[in-house]
Amino acid sequence: MVTAAFIIFGLAAIVSAIMVISFRNPMASAIALIVTLCSIAGLFAIMGATFVAALQVIVYAGAIMVLFLFVIMLLNLKRDEFGPEKRKIQRTLGIILGLLLVLEVGIFIQAGLGDFGPSPAGDKGSFTSITELSSLLFTKYLFAFEVTSLLLLVAIVGAVILAKKKL
Amino acid sequence: MPVPLGYYLGLAAIIFTVGVIGVLVRRNAIIILMSIELMLNGANLTLVAFSVHLQELSGQVFVFLVMTVAAAEAAVGLAIIVMIFRNRESVNVDNLNIMKW
Repeated sequence: MVTAAFIIFGLAAIVSAIMVISFRNPMASAIALIVTLCSIAGLFAIMGATFVAALQVIVYAGAIMVLFLFVIMLLNLKRDEFGPEKRKIQRTLGIILGLLLVLEVGIFIQAGLGDFGPSPAGDKGSFTSITELSSLLFTKYLFAFEVTSLLLLVAIVGAVILAKKKL
Repeated sequence: MPVPLGYYLGLAAIIFTVGVIGVLVRRNAIIILMSIELMLNGANLTLVAFSVHLQELSGQVFVFLVMTVAAAEAAVGLAIIVMIFRNRESVNVDNLNIMKW
């Protein structure tokens, strides 16, 4: 059952990720990216990390993708406004280097698949509780959490200043 | 985890690679930003897989932080794209050669 879910979500994630980078229309790419993000949320859920799965759907597929869609509609980009690729060599080189990376991953998987051994802590099944996660977040990683809020403030101010015509 | 860790790592690596190819091949700045999101998601999948495998919650806290950084990056990046489009009427990164020697 879990294996079947893994295969379905994994295939959906890979196929829609390839669709993201192959569509000419940015809007179609954004929709495909939403499918990828939701599939990855499903993978998180079958791993037992339910809180992260919920965050993935709410923050990524919800907030960030709405931002992307909003900007695509704001700029009113037509499909394939760039014409044919000017730099063939760049495109071929990119695909070759990407396939090389796939090959390296294949070698890694060949060498390491299932070699990580059993989980050192034993299999306790679903172990994520929001209580544990939040207590870790607000004690050990409190500083990182606060710095994150500062980063978000800087991002808000920066985005407003960059995108506004005149202040 | 009934599915071995290696499968999750392989899947995450494939998604990351697709993102890399997108950044290298596409010329549309918005799609390049989306490819960066794909790469961040591949890294997140690796973090959660190891977190569940090692029964250690720190990995999931890091996923939380990575999501925040991704949100900030998307906001600033899209603001930059809007500004560039306003100045040059294009989001093709080949046209943005003003800082190239």
